[in-house]
Amino acid sequence: MSEIMHKLRMGELPLGIKAEVIALDESSTTSPLTPGELERRLIEMGLVEGAYVEVLHQGFPGKDPVAIRVNEHTVAMRRSEANAVIVSRRPDGGA
Amino acid sequence: MRQPKGPHRIALVGAPNCGKTALFNAMTGSRQKTANYAGVTVERKEGLFVSPAGTHVKVIDLPGTYSLRARSPDEEVTRDVVLGRRDGEAVPDAVVFVADATNLRQNLRLVLELKKVNRPIILALNMMDAAEAQGLTVDAAELSAELGIPVVPTVAIKKDGISGLLNQIDRDIQIAETEGMAPSRCECVWSEPSSHELRDYHREVERILARAIRSSAQTHTGTRSIDKVMLHPAGGLAILFTILFIMFQAVFAWAETPMDAIDAGLGMLSTWVSSSMAEGPLRSLITDGIIAGVGSVVIFLPQIIVLFFFIQILEDSGYMARAAFLLDKLMGGVGLHGRAFIPLLSSFACAVPGIMAARVIASRRDRILTIMVAPLMTCSARLPVYTLIIAAFVPSRNVLGGWIGLPGLVMFGLYASGILSALALAFVMKYTVLRGVREPLLMELPAYRLPRVRNVALGLYDRGKAFLLRAGTTIFALMVLVWFLSSYPIPPVGATDPAIRYTIAGTIGHALEPFLKPIGFNWEIALALVPGMAAREVLVGVLGTVYSLGDSGDTMHLSLAAKLAHSWSLPTALSLLAWYVFAPQCLPTLGVVRRELNSNFWPVVMFVIYTALAYGAAFITFRLATYLFGG
Repeated sequence: MSEIMHKLRMGELPLGIKAEVIALDESSTTSPLTPGELERRLIEMGLVEGAYVEVLHQGFPGKDPVAIRVNEHTVAMRRSEANAVIVSRRPDGGA
Repeated sequence: MRQPKGPHRIALVGAPNCGKTALFNAMTGSRQKTANYAGVTVERKEGLFVSPAGTHVKVIDLPGTYSLRARSPDEEVTRDVVLGRRDGEAVPDAVVFVADATNLRQNLRLVLELKKVNRPIILALNMMDAAEAQGLTVDAAELSAELGIPVVPTVAIKKDGISGLLNQIDRDIQIAETEGMAPSRCECVWSEPSSHELRDYHREVERILARAIRSSAQTHTGTRSIDKVMLHPAGGLAILFTILFIMFQAVFAWAETPMDAIDAGLGMLSTWVSSSMAEGPLRSLITDGIIAGVGSVVIFLPQIIVLFFFIQILEDSGYMARAAFLLDKLMGGVGLHGRAFIPLLSSFACAVPGIMAARVIASRRDRILTIMVAPLMTCSARLPVYTLIIAAFVPSRNVLGGWIGLPGLVMFGLYASGILSALALAFVMKYTVLRGVREPLLMELPAYRLPRVRNVALGLYDRGKAFLLRAGTTIFALMVLVWFLSSYPIPPVGATDPAIRYTIAGTIGHALEPFLKPIGFNWEIALALVPGMAAREVLVGVLGTVYSLGDSGDTMHLSLAAKLAHSWSLPTALSLLAWYVFAPQCLPTLGVVRRELNSNFWPVVMFVIYTALAYGAAFITFRLATYLFGG
């Protein structure tokens, strides 16, 4: 059953599941930034294709914002911003 | 075009949390000064050191940034200084790029970006000790060969941890001198990288790292487990509020003794001046204007130091970013950014440093919103006023089953009213004048670190100096003005009222009285509000003068309280308390808002809103109290 690539938005990634960034798509996120700016900022925070990510902690209330492990460092962001990152679950990513 | 002769200059560049300031402190020690860049309110930190070869080198610590694509005024300064575009700033001879060795992947991208600028760069691999402790081995020679720039490992917090860097700076200076490498302003070409180029940089970093990193690290397992507790949805907030509670206790408890000492010292100074000078305008200016006026501000130095001690510890340990994380959603409900936490927290000491701390917020909308509500946090200058009126009017008995004293409960209520008003005002502004979406949070949560005594001490020294400087310049000038207004013209012969009644301030007070009557203020309060413009706590001193009590210090508070209890009605006292929750009349605050936002509009809006809120709250309080307790 794991033949299907588990593609999802990073904001939907369950706590503790490891995944890999496969694309950036800021079109569904509302922000006051000029188009393309959020994408660049995400890249500058290390969220680039191939980066390993994991949701480490969730805020309160509404499990927002989230603390995301990105390779060797941790980035805090809101769920809506996390949704601009498309990830796929890693086979060894746990349950 | 060669640079004009002078000391060699290097600039420190790096991402936030890379240990740049610790490295700066290690290089310069106390030979550093903080000022502002010309025309903007970005802090400019410059220091001086003598290299091993005996050269005098000036070093500037540029604001931390992830990118040369500046997003905030701070980051613009970094970009412009590096590119040599900033007027009034000499082009640095070399850029020292400070990288957190435990997080090279994230840091090297900016090095590649900087290399495009064609400046001599030295890469300092900072926190090498932490990297080694994690089992990370970096091949500095390989990294240097791949990047084409000198690479030196540094440990900013160890005694000999920066000698390699200093030697490398010497070598760069030598090259610059023999080859005349100091670049002219126009040689730097730089354009904003596209997302495509950024991805290319990332790929290049991956390639370099694959060659230069010998063994990879077990990263931050400690930080992860600490965060399991600190960022726990419920527990984390409980811990945060506990820390804040301890902090406020400390601000009042630890600062009490030194504040009493300053008060006593000022009293002695004033007595000494009075006894050694002939009575006259000059003596009055020195004792009533300068010592009493500036002193009433300087007395808050201990509280500011204690508050900044906590802020510095929270900052250096890496907790501040966690606090912003924990509060982002809650504060987002009223449109505030998580990072607004730091400015709002500082505003409990004084709104001036609080408003200045709002620089950490990049987006102008978020910044304006934070600045507009920051003065509603009860600053320590309001405390003497609260203390005086509570002592005079609130009976000292226990309530709620004997657990809490009534005066303490009233004080808590006043603090809470301030916070709730700030939230309400932010909420209203979010849906009216400051509509729009919040700036993204996107913030690194750095690994926890033990704060270093040296860095904390240097930070506090810096803050203290800045505060005293302000007291010595801006507030000094305001106090002289207030003294003049409250001293002249001198009363006519045979006057019966207190002397201040006949002065310009007294005239203004009387003119204001009809407007303030509906909220229960008498002419004495109206008059005291005028010099209270300079600093809120001055009200206490002026009331003391008006009720013709010559003493100063604690005895004055006590006897003044008794006097007030006798001559004011309870509704008047409560009305004044309500007024002071908003206390619109603080000139230094309005001044700093004007400077920080570079606008005349917002300080005027602030004054109008705060005055309206203060008047409304005082009016309701006065009417309600009159109805309940009688005039």
